[in-house]
Amino acid sequence: MSPTDATVGPAVLQVRGLNKSFGANAVLRGIDLDVPRGKVVALIGPSGSGKTTILRSLNGLEMPDAGSVTVGARGATAGSEPAGAGGSGVVPQLPALSLDFDAKVTPKEIAALRDRSAMVFQHYNLFPHMTVLQNVIEGPVHVQKRPRTEAVAEADKLLDRVGLLEKKDAYPFELSGGQAQRVGIVRALALKPQLLLFDEPTSALDPELVDDVLAVIKELADEGWTMVIVTHELAFARQTADEVVFMDGGVVVERGPASQVLRNPREERTQQFVRRLLHEI
Amino acid sequence: MDLFWSSLGPMLLGAAKGTIPLALASFAIGLVLALLVAMLRISRNRIAGAVGRFYVSVIRGTPLLVQLFVIFYGLPAVGVKLDPWPSAIIAFSLNVGGYAAEVIRAAILSVPQGQWEAGHMIGMSRGQTLLRIILPQAARVSVPPLSNTFISLVKDTSLASLILVTEMFRVAQQVAAFSQEFMLLYLEAALIYWVICLVLSTAQTQLEKRLDRYVAH
Ligand SMILES: Nc1ncnc2c1ncn2[C@@H]1O[C@H](COP(=O)(O)OP(=O)(O)OP(=O)(O)O)[C@@H](O)[C@H]1O
Ligand SMILES: [Mg+2]
Repeated sequence: MSPTDATVGPAVLQVRGLNKSFGANAVLRGIDLDVPRGKVVALIGPSGSGKTTILRSLNGLEMPDAGSVTVGARGATAGSEPAGAGGSGVVPQLPALSLDFDAKVTPKEIAALRDRSAMVFQHYNLFPHMTVLQNVIEGPVHVQKRPRTEAVAEADKLLDRVGLLEKKDAYPFELSGGQAQRVGIVRALALKPQLLLFDEPTSALDPELVDDVLAVIKELADEGWTMVIVTHELAFARQTADEVVFMDGGVVVERGPASQVLRNPREERTQQFVRRLLHEI
Repeated sequence: MDLFWSSLGPMLLGAAKGTIPLALASFAIGLVLALLVAMLRISRNRIAGAVGRFYVSVIRGTPLLVQLFVIFYGLPAVGVKLDPWPSAIIAFSLNVGGYAAEVIRAAILSVPQGQWEAGHMIGMSRGQTLLRIILPQAARVSVPPLSNTFISLVKDTSLASLILVTEMFRVAQQVAAFSQEFMLLYLEAALIYWVICLVLSTAQTQLEKRLDRYVAH
């Protein structure tokens, strides 16, 4: 199956009944989410609605109280890494993984979840004591134990794609926000994940730097990476996302094709949210 | 003035064979200990945290000289008889461990939480993240306070003369007692400590510069 195939492939991500409370604050209340292979889901919603908490749960940074997360379709052969995604190495053929948060989840299972998903942080979180190249190859070399030369060759290729090859020996403090975030994206790609998670990847950027980063993400979407993107950039969501999920107060209020949810939302709360965001721009 | 020059040789020898190795060995062992105690202090385990806190509290709450005497003069009463050198190294290491643990703990906590998360995101365990991501960044902030700890330690080794370790100050005392030139010999000892500490301060500055290469200026 070609990654740009319009047909819906098997789900790479399946979330069922995800619940999470911080003390008395019920932040996620029964979240269901399906992301078919090669599709892009944009998560939108007001501040505090639980978007970040969902992404963090999908990367084992937050431990949900209940629910399940499945990554990689049962019976599917490979990860979502599309052919053109720049890796010369073999895509790790990880079996499907199902985590049931109703039971006790082991550190091993969390590690397995992290093998399958990679996250791009709002504030980049690059390693400041490492050069750009070292940031990118740290995971492949020191966690995945792949040969250094191979990891460097792949990192070079990825950095070149985002126009940062000449910055490979720079330290993060020498980068602009837009450059830093592109390195953050490359660092995630270098892990060859089945699922890419973006938490407001452009909200910490100066407005004039936003487009470069969004263009990179759009390219990845076109290439067939499976992604969940939290964003306030509605225009970007409309162009890039296959599905838009609007959440509020820890529940999904509305979901559907991007054009429908963003142009003709059915729910009152979605209408208000979209209208307010559009007014701000 | 003759006495100054003639005593300089033995005193420098005392520094080279006593003061400096004592300080280096105790600092190295103390740092390892400090790292372990810092781990206890930041661990989520309550008992581990309490053990770490107790240790730091005892070390910081009692005089170094008393710690030294307990180990050298006190322990034989319970059947543990140690020579001067091991006693000194144990006492100084434990002492450094207590002070440096707090420095290292604070340095680790000063690294933003997002760095732990980025480490986990790329698949690292807690231990691996600590070693490869957090500690290198913590090192930068802990160099100045740890340098202070080391410089204090160099000076504190003079206390070892009281449990019969032949380090520099003990040599000074012996020559002074013999020649009755107390002022000269003790000033000479002070001068040597001062020079050693000046060298250490310079080294500290160099190290800070090296570790600062990845920070915006
Ligand atoms: N570690 C935590 N401890 C306590 N409460 C938390 C924690 N993390 C998040 N919360 C709370 O959970 C709720 C949802 O937070 P979350 O960050 O998921 O929202 P969000 O949709 O990403 O919002 P934003 O658009 O502002 O980023 C908020 O009320 C927040 O205060
Ligand atoms: Mg958020």
